[in-house]
Amino acid sequence: MMRALLILCVLAMPALAAVGNPEDRLRDASQEARAQAIGRDLRCLVCQNQSIEDSDAAVAADLRRIVRERVVAGDDDARIIDFVHDRYGDFVLLRPPVNAATALLWATPVLALLGGILAIRTMRRRAATAPEAAPLTEAERSRLAQLDETPRA
Amino acid sequence: MSEVAKTSRRRWLLFAPLGVAAGCGVGFYAMLNGMRTGSFDPRGVPSTLVGHPPPDFTLPAMEGIDRPALEAADLRGLGRPALVNFWASWCVPCIVEHPQLMRLARQGVPVFGVNYKDQAPAAQAFLARHGNPFQRLGVDAPGRVAIDWGVYGVPETYLLDKDGLVRWRWAGPITPEVFEQDLTPLLRRYA
Repeated sequence: MMRALLILCVLAMPALAAVGNPEDRLRDASQEARAQAIGRDLRCLVCQNQSIEDSDAAVAADLRRIVRERVVAGDDDARIIDFVHDRYGDFVLLRPPVNAATALLWATPVLALLGGILAIRTMRRRAATAPEAAPLTEAERSRLAQLDETPRA
Repeated sequence: MSEVAKTSRRRWLLFAPLGVAAGCGVGFYAMLNGMRTGSFDPRGVPSTLVGHPPPDFTLPAMEGIDRPALEAADLRGLGRPALVNFWASWCVPCIVEHPQLMRLARQGVPVFGVNYKDQAPAAQAFLARHGNPFQRLGVDAPGRVAIDWGVYGVPETYLLDKDGLVRWRWAGPITPEVFEQDLTPLLRRYA
């Protein structure tokens, strides 16, 4: 029971830490959850490895407020993301869009998989076509027999 | 394929990691070099406004300062390049860059100011102490117009060409080096 409670507390902690100022949170839990989900996909321009939900920077707080205003106003997720994207460019998106500059980034998993399949196939084919090992010569055979007879220490 | 050819190809493969490491080395060197010269900035946020007119906005004037308010229409049809500078009295780099703004104003370049998330008395004291380079000065206390411009910190400066299109954005203080190496040639090019 205690353990379950502890686990629940630990799991709930990120939710408590999500927005710097609790007053900024929306009353409606489902709207707040939507706003947080949108905010987690938007990158803070100042603390660049954090989302606007995680950052304490002033601009992140402003953007959190804007996202919440738009959620309340009834905009859908894509429109809210577009609003921020129009102003700050691709940089603000934590999920990079597919375009010429990010094509290689997106293609990397597929390329790695194809490369791996190719490597396995080549290795298999090589193993299958490998020539039978040549039989041991007389000299090798006698040397082997000698090694076998050597008493162990 | 003969045994000999196969062995020599294997031996060649030994050098593949070396080749990969050399390729990475060249790439990283180019990145570090670019960061030193300023041609590559991994933390830079490129402005989406470059090549476009500024967003529509209207800002009130600052009380106690003898300068008119600022709105988008003021930036159209100037017939010469102009600067829009976002600043605040609480911003230390703004003090660093202020002499360069004063220099631009003395050269006759129109400099428009947006006072960002500031308090009027503090901003007035700042201008009284360091001089007022602004032809017009808008007050953006909530910082909303700044977000429409894509501002993510002060100071930030936008260069508009003679047709009123944004041509250049500088995030950070305009140092004497930036003034000489970037701004002066740009002002000449877009004149």
